[in-house]
Amino acid sequence: MQNILHGRLTGLLAMGAIIAVLPAFLPNNFYLDVAILAGFNAVVCVGLNLLIGYAGQISLGHAGFFGIGAYASGVLAGTYGWPPVLALLAGAVFVGLLAFVVAKPILRLKGHYLAMATLGIGIIVSIVLRTESGLTGGPDGMTVEPFRIFGVELYGERVWYWVVGALLFAVVWLSLNLIDSPMGRALRAVHGSEVAAEVVGVDTARFKVLVFVLSAVFASVAGSLFAHYAGLITPAKADFFKSIELVTMVVFGGMASTFGAVVGAVVLTLLPQLLTMFQDYQQIVLGAILMATMVFMPKGLLPTLAALIPARRRA
Amino acid sequence: MFAELLQYMLSGLTIGAIYALAGLGFSIIYNASHVINFAQGEFIMIGGMASATLTASGVPLPLAILIGCGGAMLVGVLVAKFAVERARNASTVTLIIITIGASIFLRGVAELVWGKDFKRLDAFSGETPIQLMGASMQPQSLWVVGCAAVLIVAIGLFFNRTLTGKAMLATSHNRLAAQLVGIDVKRVVLASFALSAALGAIGGAVVAPITFSYTEMGIMLGLKGFTAAVLGGLGHGPGAVAGGLIVGVAEALGAGYLSSAYKDAVAFVIILAVLLFMPNGLFGKRGTERV
Repeated sequence: MQNILHGRLTGLLAMGAIIAVLPAFLPNNFYLDVAILAGFNAVVCVGLNLLIGYAGQISLGHAGFFGIGAYASGVLAGTYGWPPVLALLAGAVFVGLLAFVVAKPILRLKGHYLAMATLGIGIIVSIVLRTESGLTGGPDGMTVEPFRIFGVELYGERVWYWVVGALLFAVVWLSLNLIDSPMGRALRAVHGSEVAAEVVGVDTARFKVLVFVLSAVFASVAGSLFAHYAGLITPAKADFFKSIELVTMVVFGGMASTFGAVVGAVVLTLLPQLLTMFQDYQQIVLGAILMATMVFMPKGLLPTLAALIPARRRA
Repeated sequence: MFAELLQYMLSGLTIGAIYALAGLGFSIIYNASHVINFAQGEFIMIGGMASATLTASGVPLPLAILIGCGGAMLVGVLVAKFAVERARNASTVTLIIITIGASIFLRGVAELVWGKDFKRLDAFSGETPIQLMGASMQPQSLWVVGCAAVLIVAIGLFFNRTLTGKAMLATSHNRLAAQLVGIDVKRVVLASFALSAALGAIGGAVVAPITFSYTEMGIMLGLKGFTAAVLGGLGHGPGAVAGGLIVGVAEALGAGYLSSAYKDAVAFVIILAVLLFMPNGLFGKRGTERV
C-alpha cells in the first residue's frame, strides 16, 4: 500500500515538474502550440483510458463528445452570447446526460458490438455537425469567441499553456485517485471478468456507466477549451479519424496506465509534426509505426519500457 | 410514385450489393481469426484503383480486374502474416489498431502510386439506361448486382462443399479442436484474408464506374460493410449479405424521402436501433461467457 501511494505521488510530481519547466525549453510559440495540443489530447486520453484500460470497454466515438463540447462553446458563447464558462458547463452537462442515456443500453454490448455502437454515435454526431450549417457553419467550421472569465480574456500561447497544464494535472490526479479507490478495484474486476465481478457483488453496470459518463465529460471540457484556444473549429475534430486517433494514443501509450495515456497523447501529437519531413511518405510511415508498435509492444509503450526496469528498483 | 420507390430500391440494391460483399469479407476474417479487419475498405479501393488505372493504360478490362484482385489478395495475405498473426494473443483493441494502421499504410501507398485525384472507369457495357416500369437503371448496376450474386453463391458453395471451406468453418467453430484434427489454422487465417481481399477487390472494380475510384473510396464503404456484418450478426455470412442489402436500401430510401445530407447517417442509426434490442445483431447467436 505504501508503495502504491508512493508511486502515485512520485509520478504525479514528476509530471507536474515536467509541465512546470517545459516552457523554458520551448524556443517559440510554435512549440508551445504543439505542447498545448498534446495537453488537450492527453486530457481526453486520460479519461478514455479509464474506460478502455480499466473498465475494458472500447469507444470508437469519443471525438463526438469532444466535438459536442467544442461546438457547444462555439455556438452558445458565440452566436448566443453566453458567458464562456456557462457554455462550457452546459456542453459538459449535455454530454454527460447524452452519455448517461446511451450508456445503459450500449454498455450491455460486448467487444466488437460495442465498438460498432460507439463508432455509430461518433459518426452521427459528426454528420450532424457537418450538415446543420445554419448553426455550425457546416464543413468549413465556425469561429469561436475568446475565453473570458471575470472580465479577463485568456490570450496567447503562454497563458493557455498554463491553463491546459493545470487541467491535465487535475485530470491525472483525479483519475489516479479513482483507480486506487474501491471503484477502481471494481473496474479492474469488470475488466478481468465481468461475470466473475458480478458474482462477487460488483454492480458492474453502474460502474461502467459512471466511467463512460466521466470520460465523455472529460472529452467535452477539453473540446470546449480547445475551441476557445484555437478560435476555429471544424467537424473534422469530431469525426471517425479523430476518435481513432484518441484510441490509438491510449493503446500506443499503454492501456491501464494513466501516465501511459499521457505519453501516448504527447508522442502521437508530436509524430505528425516530425513526419512532415517525410512529406509524401507521411501516411505510410504513420501506418507502419502504428502496426509495428502494436505487433511488437502489444501492451503499449510505457508498460513495455517499465517492464525493462528491474523489479527491485521499482519496489 | 411507384416508379420513384422502384428507382430508390434499385439504387439501394446496387450499393447494398457492395456493402454485402464487404460485410461478407468482414465475417470471413472474423470467423477465421476473431479480428475485425478495418483494412477491408482498402481492398475495395485497390480493386477500384487498379482496374481504373490499368484500363486507362491499355490493359483489357478482365485482365485489369484480375491483376487488381491478385494484388489485393497478396496485400491481404501480407497483412495477415506480418501483422495480425504475430499479434495473435493481443487484446481486441490492439488488433483493431493494427488493422487501422494497415489501412492508413495502404492508403498512403495508394496515394503514392496512383495520386490523389479521382479516376474514371468506363461502364462495362455502355451507359444507355435500361427502362423498367418507369424507373431507369444504369447497365452497370446489373453488373454490380450480378457479380455480387455470383460471388456470394460461390462463397456459399465453397464453405459447404469443399474440404478447404469446411476446414475454415471448423476453425471458426473451435480453433483448438480444428488444430487437433490436423487443420493448419495459420493457413486458414491467411486464406480468409486472401478470400476477403478478393471479394473486396472485385466489388471495388465493378462499382468503380458508378462511384469513381479514389484512394479514400474505401473508408465509408468499409465502415458500411462493418455495419452490414454487425447488423447480420458478426461471423454470420448470410446475415452479413442481408445486412448489406438492408443498409443499402434503407440508405437509398432515406436519401430519397428524408434528406440526402443524412444519407451516410442512416446505416448507423439503423445499427444503433437494432443493437438496442438485439445485442447480437439480427441473426447472431447469443453467447454464454465462461468465467
